[in-house]
Amino acid sequence: MKKISYNKIINSIRDSIIEINCVPSSELLNKYVSAIENEDNELSKKVLRNLKENAIIAQENMIPICQDTGTAVVFLNIGTEVVIEGGYINEAIFEGVRLGYQEGYLRKSIVGNPISRINTGDNLPPIIHTNILKGDIFNIIILAKGAGSENMSALKMMSPSDGLEGIKNFVVQTVKNAGANPCPPITVGVGIGSNFEGVALLAKRALIKDILDIPVDNSITAIETDIKNKLNSLNIGPQGFGGKTSVFDVAILMEPCHIASLPVAININCHVIRHKKIIF
Amino acid sequence: MKLNTPIDKEKLKKLKSGDELFISGVIYTARDSAHKLLIEKINNNLPLPFDLNGAVIYYAGPSPTKPGNVVGSIGPTTSYRMDKYTPDILKQGVAILIGKGLRGLLVKESLIEHSAIYCAALGGAGALMGSKIKKITVVAFPELGPEAIFKLEVEDFPVIVVNDLNGNDIYECH
Repeated sequence: MKKISYNKIINSIRDSIIEINCVPSSELLNKYVSAIENEDNELSKKVLRNLKENAIIAQENMIPICQDTGTAVVFLNIGTEVVIEGGYINEAIFEGVRLGYQEGYLRKSIVGNPISRINTGDNLPPIIHTNILKGDIFNIIILAKGAGSENMSALKMMSPSDGLEGIKNFVVQTVKNAGANPCPPITVGVGIGSNFEGVALLAKRALIKDILDIPVDNSITAIETDIKNKLNSLNIGPQGFGGKTSVFDVAILMEPCHIASLPVAININCHVIRHKKIIF
Repeated sequence: MKLNTPIDKEKLKKLKSGDELFISGVIYTARDSAHKLLIEKINNNLPLPFDLNGAVIYYAGPSPTKPGNVVGSIGPTTSYRMDKYTPDILKQGVAILIGKGLRGLLVKESLIEHSAIYCAALGGAGALMGSKIKKITVVAFPELGPEAIFKLEVEDFPVIVVNDLNGNDIYECH
């Protein structure tokens, strides 16, 4: 049995929430640098330089890279041979999120009721996806997910006859419609297969594919590259002012589905990529 | 080009879509919930929390200010959500709207009708935008938290003109 204390989970979540919101990853900074080199027009270059400068100002002052510090989305992956000592795990996640948003001076962006819309004041509740595993594996993946890009996401129950071309057209149309709204250069997570609720989760997981330890499948990589090239030729560009860098990445996850269905979901992330895997 | 608030709408005639504009003076934040409440006040002829004539409205909701700092992060939110309210806001004489993303046709027509312009701030660059702010105070609806109306004292606050008075739109020109 692996034993983990309740307080250790709280502290790790709190610290990680603050870190992902205020400290840009080296991968993100590298993406800005490559995009600056890749752009031809001066406005696009300038916009990207400012985005990079913004990330550095945030880190130096430990203030959020973006004021929309998001909904906290948590993927809890826990083995049956892990024991949490001192409390219930979901309460530890709630408390870690609450403390992170409070102590990190992060924005509280959750309303308790979508119709009456009163702010909960502590950014609770997070959205938790639990996966029970074999053995003593225990990790938590945390995302700060902004709403500007979330609002531009889409799901379609396509027909099997639509095929790969239909899927690609749906992605291109969705990103075209989104334009400047989701703060490009964006990351596009595409879920294909499963069912109505499953495909939405696949698309969300696709946004964190880089930390999911999924073996490379060359046939999927080829589709991702093709869609990425199509999207970057749309001339949306950084912040929608035109240019070659409309998307940083396209990531696809697939699962089996029903003979009658071809579910496709597209989850969009802004340029500020904020996620982390905490391994216990 | 540099402009001081309150904005003299005559000066907006020179601006073209794609131009950089630096605003100094006072600008006010208002996003979804604050717009809803402002429109309720306008419809009921109640006094408004700030003078909208010649005003600059920034669609934004800041992160909390850390002790010792002037302001938190404060980049723009997506503008289309305010489209429904915008023609009625423009009737009050607002001169400049700041947000990000494409506006609807009714907003574009209303901007021209009222000689106002729409500009974009850098999305996802809240720390950088915050560095141009000298002071922040709540002026209305504190119960809305980040959606309250904040008065921002700014110096050379950088924006890019999206919709100019001649009907041009930087998002649709490429």
